[in-house]
Amino acid sequence: MTYSPLNLGRLLVWGGFALILLIAPLIFTKGASLSILSLIGTLMIFGLSYNMLLGQGGMLSFGHAVYSGLGAFFVVHTMNSTGIGAAIPITLMPLVGGLAGMFFGVLFGYVTTKKAGTTFAMITLGLVELVFASSLMFPGFFGGEGGVTTNRVRGDAFFGITYGPQIQVYYLIAAWLFVSTIAMFAFTQTPLGRIVNAVRDNPERVEFIGYNTQWVRYLTLILSAFFAGISGALGTINFEIVSAENVSAIRSGAVLLFVFIGGIGFFFGPLLGAVVGVFFSVMLSDHTPAWQLYLGLFFILLVRFAPAGLASLILMLVRVASFGKFGRIWKPLTGVCVAAIVGLAGFVAAVEMLYHLTLNAANGTVMSLFGQQVDTKAAMPWLMVLVVLMVSYGLYRLFKPVYYAAWSEVNAEITAKLRGSMA
Amino acid sequence: MEFTLFTLLNGVSYGLLLFMLSSGLTLIFSMMGVLNFAHASFYMLGAYMAYTISSVLGFWPALVLAPVVVGLIGALVERYGLRPLHKYGHIPELLFTFGLSYLIVELVQLVWGRAAVAYPIPPSLDGPLFTLFSTSFPMYRGFMMLVALSMLAAIYLVLTRTRVGLVIQAALTHPDAVEALGHNVPRIFMWVFGGGCALAGLAGVIGGNAFVTEPSMAATVGSIIFVVVVVGGMGSLAGAFIASILIGVLQTFAVALDYSIMSVLNSMGANISESTFGYDLLKLTISQSAAILPFLLLVLILIFRPKGLMGTRE
Repeated sequence: MTYSPLNLGRLLVWGGFALILLIAPLIFTKGASLSILSLIGTLMIFGLSYNMLLGQGGMLSFGHAVYSGLGAFFVVHTMNSTGIGAAIPITLMPLVGGLAGMFFGVLFGYVTTKKAGTTFAMITLGLVELVFASSLMFPGFFGGEGGVTTNRVRGDAFFGITYGPQIQVYYLIAAWLFVSTIAMFAFTQTPLGRIVNAVRDNPERVEFIGYNTQWVRYLTLILSAFFAGISGALGTINFEIVSAENVSAIRSGAVLLFVFIGGIGFFFGPLLGAVVGVFFSVMLSDHTPAWQLYLGLFFILLVRFAPAGLASLILMLVRVASFGKFGRIWKPLTGVCVAAIVGLAGFVAAVEMLYHLTLNAANGTVMSLFGQQVDTKAAMPWLMVLVVLMVSYGLYRLFKPVYYAAWSEVNAEITAKLRGSMA
Repeated sequence: MEFTLFTLLNGVSYGLLLFMLSSGLTLIFSMMGVLNFAHASFYMLGAYMAYTISSVLGFWPALVLAPVVVGLIGALVERYGLRPLHKYGHIPELLFTFGLSYLIVELVQLVWGRAAVAYPIPPSLDGPLFTLFSTSFPMYRGFMMLVALSMLAAIYLVLTRTRVGLVIQAALTHPDAVEALGHNVPRIFMWVFGGGCALAGLAGVIGGNAFVTEPSMAATVGSIIFVVVVVGGMGSLAGAFIASILIGVLQTFAVALDYSIMSVLNSMGANISESTFGYDLLKLTISQSAAILPFLLLVLILIFRPKGLMGTRE
């Protein structure tokens, strides 16, 4: 590494990120888009903090929501309190959440990080169930089934900022997202961030060079819990309610799904994952009851065929493009994509008709699908779906070998070139 | 006396059901190192399959057929889902089964609907087995215990007394040597996975009508059986048995006991009221805290005996 006073590439990337955060509400102006953007922002922090464990530390946690959720509960009680909590401005509430998350990271992390791998995964699962079950036992603090509500508008306006309008909340979230992202990226460059990568890849050798792997995992988890707490606090400010669901295994599983979909091997993977996750869980769930089926299937397909997530797919294409060879693969790639889209349309039609038949049959057998009125009991639509699926399969069989050949050839050339330049 | 005896019996029968689930999980884990996150989903599939089959053919054919169907589905999952992932290590495999558990819940809702289905106890097993003092013990609970114990005996005999069992045991510790002797180890893995799933399916057949057959039944037992496996010691069948019975009895007793620290202290002369510090904690009854007991046990075990009760590896 050489010393460079001005890293232009890095400035461009971070500047671009800040610019996107700034102008996003000006581009997406439709009804609920502000609250969706706010949700994406909190989920991005949560996902990045989760990836500190899974991506950078190799710790598969099923209980990360414990830290964000407990952080959120502390924030909601601070916001409601009349004592010292009233003196803390809303802008700094995420710090309260972060410190609370960190506190529980110190407390629980000591037990969970004793182990790595599968055992760690199971302990975290037990822990999240423990916290969730206790949350229903102490209604005084956790608010029972209904949760605890709060009001984010309080005190005097500070330079006209009351956090009443959603746009102010969005910019609060965006600012914290920007700062947290920089902080978490900086973490990957620290000695601790480096050694935790080594602990992920080869714990035995790390022990040999004199590090205590448990201690490394513990410290990483504490920091990760801090950022999780920040995201929990921002979620509280956004929704003005916290319930037991915030500390549940469901919430923890969701962040695992989203981060993995985005790509755990890349720093920016969770950012992608948050967007995809909100697309599935908020936008798609408005349109179809089958969204969890699509999400589960999408996840399984990714695990099976692209274990490094969406980020890896994008980066592989970028790599091909940066070597100027994109022109050779785009034709067969388009063919495969067309086949996939046709197949997807057929599959979605079949699933939607099935769901209508089992769950919604009381309202008659006719449903609207892609703008058409379809009778799910008739044979005709099913036949059409079958034809569409067969066409898709035929196209796939047609284009796949061509694409595969072009892809292997191009990548072999790139590898050869890289080797040549290194030698 | 009466209370203790019947709570103990109920606890043991619940514990045996837990063992039927965790034995399959343990077998799969010790063989392949894969923690099957979707194990409870196969339990649910077993219950739903039994519901469908028993409504056509009756309960007894369902008792045999449903586990076979679930086992075949499990074998297919291993062959086409898990085996290609084996080369990437255990985390992708675990994630695959995690995604699968999402998918199975959705598919079950797609086929059988979102509400609970009416899967009744067969009339020939409905009724009291015996009556002691004034409480009667249901015949179906006895049947559950019988099935679980005979399954335990069957696993033990297959693993220790048959040729197949010996090959499985050998493949568990020395897969390469077994392969060199001409056995198809991947195929053994496939059938062990299928067999483990079939055991979960069997538990579903007899657990589905003892409790409720609904789409959330997998999530209810899912995390408990992981606790059982860790507390017993990863990969130890005997440990899984002890831990299942322990957790079953512990939870059943806890649900039935209505004492709290406050009631004990107050009966000893202390005067605890709402103004006392820690009132929320002191007034909790044991039955209220029953839900967290297994997880508390898990945390305690991990602190004081990290390899589990009977485990051999950390």
